Amino acid sequence: MNQPAALRIDYAPQAPDGLTLSFAGRLDAQALGRLWNEILARAGQAGVRHVLADLSGVKALDGAGIALLLRLRLDKEAQGGGLELRGLPERYERLLDLFDTDRLRRDEGPARPRPGLVDRAGLAGMRFFDDLRQMVAFVGECTLALGYALRHPRRVRWQDMLLTCERAGAESLPIILLIGFLMGLIMAFQSAMSLERFGAQIFVPNMLGLVMFRELGGLVTAILLAGRSGSSFAAEIGTMKVNEEVNALVTMGLDPVRFLVAPKVLAAVAMMPLMILFFNFASLVGGAVVMLSLEFPLATYTSRVFANLGMIDFLGGLFKGLIFSLLVAGVGCQRGLTTGAGAGAVGQSTTSAVVSGIILIAVADGIFAVAFYYLGI
Amino acid sequence: MAADPLDIVISVRDMTCAYGERVIVRDVSFDVRRGEIFVILGGSGCGKSTVLKHLIGLYRPAAGTVTYHFPESERPLRMDIEGGADREAILRRIGVMYQGGALFGSMTLLENVRLPLEEFTDLPPSARDFVARMKLSLVGLEEFRDHLPSELSGGMQKRAAIARAMALDPEVLFLDEPSAGLDPITSAGLDELIQSLSRSLGMTFVVVSHELPSIFAIADTAIMLDKTAQGIVAQGNPADLRDSSDNPLVRRFFHRETAGAEAS
Repeated sequence: MNQPAALRIDYAPQAPDGLTLSFAGRLDAQALGRLWNEILARAGQAGVRHVLADLSGVKALDGAGIALLLRLRLDKEAQGGGLELRGLPERYERLLDLFDTDRLRRDEGPARPRPGLVDRAGLAGMRFFDDLRQMVAFVGECTLALGYALRHPRRVRWQDMLLTCERAGAESLPIILLIGFLMGLIMAFQSAMSLERFGAQIFVPNMLGLVMFRELGGLVTAILLAGRSGSSFAAEIGTMKVNEEVNALVTMGLDPVRFLVAPKVLAAVAMMPLMILFFNFASLVGGAVVMLSLEFPLATYTSRVFANLGMIDFLGGLFKGLIFSLLVAGVGCQRGLTTGAGAGAVGQSTTSAVVSGIILIAVADGIFAVAFYYLGI
Repeated sequence: MAADPLDIVISVRDMTCAYGERVIVRDVSFDVRRGEIFVILGGSGCGKSTVLKHLIGLYRPAAGTVTYHFPESERPLRMDIEGGADREAILRRIGVMYQGGALFGSMTLLENVRLPLEEFTDLPPSARDFVARMKLSLVGLEEFRDHLPSELSGGMQKRAAIARAMALDPEVLFLDEPSAGLDPITSAGLDELIQSLSRSLGMTFVVVSHELPSIFAIADTAIMLDKTAQGIVAQGNPADLRDSSDNPLVRRFFHRETAGAEAS
């Protein structure tokens, strides 16, 4: 590269309140990186009101150089002085005149003051209640849309629903089986090791059957649904929102909840019982591997798994799973529909869909635990 | 037209642009001179934006070369999509405004314009802010510096995209369809901005457009591409082409005639 010399500056005080800055070399972003603050500090010393910038030795000038001259002019004019330029090529003079210095001066300082602690707490509270209000409104809209779907089954977009069934249900089978198998294996192994001290390993299958069918089957499958499909619903609908496709639906007179949300929620609810069944089956296979390795016969294992398991446990687990799937799919779609502007907003919606989904699952599971206890289930 | 070699900033030789087997333009050669507003024009689907994307190194030409000549470089720099020092040096000296603006939606206008300064200069934060505000002031958007792109109109987004493209004082600014989708007044304002920047900064502009009023307003030189000819069918000043070209394709384009009108 054929680069002119780097920037050199001579500072010469001029009585009574002036300073001459003689620049030589390149007055550009590269050179000013380390000299910007020094130049402004020297020009801003007490007693300096007028600055003369001699640019006759400048070989190259770019936007950063022009910005420095503007900055000096604004600073000096604010002190009642001024900036005089010498040796600046004419086209740069014209360029300097293009800027609205009044506006640049007027808007000095931070444009938006940072809110204080009380303001931030208030804003967070408002966001929480706004979110809650939107959720309640969405539950209402969802109920209406699902009611409409039940009354007018021919108006449901079954193609979309089946496609979602495939993506959220069938395509998630490998991970459901893997996690189910590993959870069954780990729980059976850990329990067997603990109960060995009491000679109670024989009860491991009883515990595994009850825990999986009553509790963990629905819970873990719902968490998998939130991570895998709730996020995908939020991202898909959020991207449609950003691209104004949702607005297009609205202006076509189509209800986005009925058009986009209902097929997804119906698909999630339809797939959930099957996913729970596969999860439970895989977990029992995992438990069987452990028990067989501990030399318990398969017949003993299977008979003990179902010994304490009633139909009510099985149906209760499935029912909880159904409600979880409704919550996960619903909150995923709701987060998508409330996406803001830009690609970052889609990311936020996706994260929020998963976090909110898991929180809702945990809260609902707690409510079910209490309700089932009082109902004697 | 033979140009003084010292004046040439971009030199395209025998460039063929293709997507797989589908050839868009074949064997095009042209030069862009320093400080001029060079317009690539033509009907929809003729390959204007494709040629632009090959010039800025987003796509590799199926054949031919794109070479940049900068005064500070000892030798011509060749655009190579695979990377290398030449490509890096070229990308530091060019700016691009995409058709939709392509501003980062999660950043304010100031942050969008400041980003290249943060990444490629050592300026202190206060200086970066001031330079970015200055660039926004150049395009008349300084007062909107804290707005997100989604809060602005299409024309304002395009102006902000020009400010971002100018953040590092590029020697060549590429604009893809700057007037597309804008009302005539906003479009004329953008044309004025381009002319004013060209005059005051001496910057070279390569503009893709099919908007006739805009082309006549800003272009020093133009090349016209055609879909069926798969290449350049005319080259020169747009007003001269309109008034004196014998090529029926050129006449149809400039006089807004359909093929049927020409035949009759």
